[in-house]
Amino acid sequence: MRVIQHPILHFQRGREIKFTFNGRELTGYEGETIAAALHASGVRALGHSPRLNRPRGFFCATGNCSSCLMKVNGIANVRVCITPLQEGAVVEVQKGKGDILATD
Amino acid sequence: MRCKRERVIFLQQTEIAVVGGGPAGLAAALEAVKMGCQVTLIDRHAFLGGQLVKQTHKFFGSSKQYAGIRGIDIAKRLAGDLDSGPGKVSLELNTTVLGYYDDGVLLVEKDERVSPLFPERIIVATGAMEKMLLFRNNDLPGVYGAGAVQTLMNLYGVVPGCRVLMIGAGNIGLIVSYQLLQAGVEVAAIVEGDTRIGGYLVHAAKVQRSGIPIYTSHTILEATGENCVEGAVICQVDEKWQPLAGTEREIAVDVICLAVGLTPLTELLRQAGCEMYYVPELGGYVPLRDENMQTTLPHIFVAGDAAGVEEASIAMVEGKIAGISAAGSLRSCTKIDGLLEACRQELHELRAGDTGDKSRRGLEKLRKTMEKRKYAEKDESTGLLRA
Ligand SMILES: Cc1cc2nc3c(=O)[nH]c(=O)nc-3n(C[C@H](O)[C@H](O)[C@H](O)COP(=O)(O)OP(=O)(O)OC[C@H]3O[C@@H](n4cnc5c(N)ncnc54)[C@H](O)[C@@H]3O)c2cc1C
Repeated sequence: MRVIQHPILHFQRGREIKFTFNGRELTGYEGETIAAALHASGVRALGHSPRLNRPRGFFCATGNCSSCLMKVNGIANVRVCITPLQEGAVVEVQKGKGDILATD
Repeated sequence: MRCKRERVIFLQQTEIAVVGGGPAGLAAALEAVKMGCQVTLIDRHAFLGGQLVKQTHKFFGSSKQYAGIRGIDIAKRLAGDLDSGPGKVSLELNTTVLGYYDDGVLLVEKDERVSPLFPERIIVATGAMEKMLLFRNNDLPGVYGAGAVQTLMNLYGVVPGCRVLMIGAGNIGLIVSYQLLQAGVEVAAIVEGDTRIGGYLVHAAKVQRSGIPIYTSHTILEATGENCVEGAVICQVDEKWQPLAGTEREIAVDVICLAVGLTPLTELLRQAGCEMYYVPELGGYVPLRDENMQTTLPHIFVAGDAAGVEEASIAMVEGKIAGISAAGSLRSCTKIDGLLEACRQELHELRAGDTGDKSRRGLEKLRKTMEKRKYAEKDESTGLLRA
């Protein structure tokens, strides 16, 4: 959900951007992070912990805690809380620790 | 993260690398270019300003220059100063400093590409991160740091949820609660372990007037929910912060926001081998440093929350000091002593009064440790053993 009215801030959102999350088409705005766009679409669980398979969301939103790692355009372990959303991005929940040697 | 192996890696050089583009890093970069140095300013975000970019409230405090101005506007001013400044700062945004090597090389990542940077001096202004709190299910999605909640709603205009439980009644907990209301989000309650509210009374009065209850002598025991937060169990605590049996109750919330303090981001300093010291008053482990913000490694300087969690106005002055000291170690300038003395005086004023009490205690511990260290060094160099 997005902020509708605000007494101090006026959100000038960029152009609409289409991307997919686990194959589902979603929209976000240029200038926001992948995590913000997902959250606005109601997606809060971004992955699972590698060992105990517990649901994971972001925590710090500053690129520090690594709780938000996802697979983006085939690349594993992307910190979606600081990665800008791009047109056509393919965002997926990654399995385990992700395959770092994959070549797209 | 993955790096493309086919890409050529070349060594970039710079005189001064500033890691972090918050108020501390911005001020440091600005001073260093003023003194004619070549500066590279690096931040992992797409924007400058650090924590300031999401602070919609008018700044409190003692700040000589910026009190009464909203954080977001201070960030714009500082970034503007950098643009219109005397020299050129090379700006590297969306760039993360991943590590430090013994030969003084910083490993820098941008666009999935890793490259080394070789600076003559490094100023670490990486800021701080929210502390975690121990309770059952604290890893459920929907348990967010207060900074994350602010980023989401004030920067991107996305609400964190419908109903929030705030943990911590310090200034950050109070301010973010109020900002949640402004964004149209309900705040169920603020829970505080201490017997009294830690933040300024003006902020506390404002949230209480808005109908948010503040439960002092309370804590959170558990987050409930399957895939995401659906509720929280809170309870009363005794004077030793131990839960009182039979006082538990569940509140329906979809977000639990932690505002229980910040801790300095010091990984780079630690990795470089700067001596660290545990000072709870400053948020945890901080690097030992002298009054010129020089760490125990002569080519590494530190400023802002990374040197000890305080506030933005102090971060800016510390940044200035670090910038002047680092530049002064590369260029000779007759004015340096005067400039540094003026900054130190400013810091002294900013830390005066009741609100600076905690910082002063923490810094005193640091000073004493540095002094002991100096003695030890002297003994080593003269070959004398001290009892
Ligand atoms: C809710 C809230 C309210 C506040 N209100 C006030 C107030 O009213 N008055 C006041 O004076 N202070 C206030 N503060 C405190 C103030 O925001 C901080 O003290 C100040 O921002 C610290 O500045 P800094 O430059 O040290 O760090 P930051 O502002 O945190 O900036 C550090 C930057 O470094 C970047 N970084 C970190 N590591 C790396 C890396 N490895 N590579 C690249 N980049 C990196 C970060 O992404 C960040 O952009 C408030 C803080 C909060 C959270």
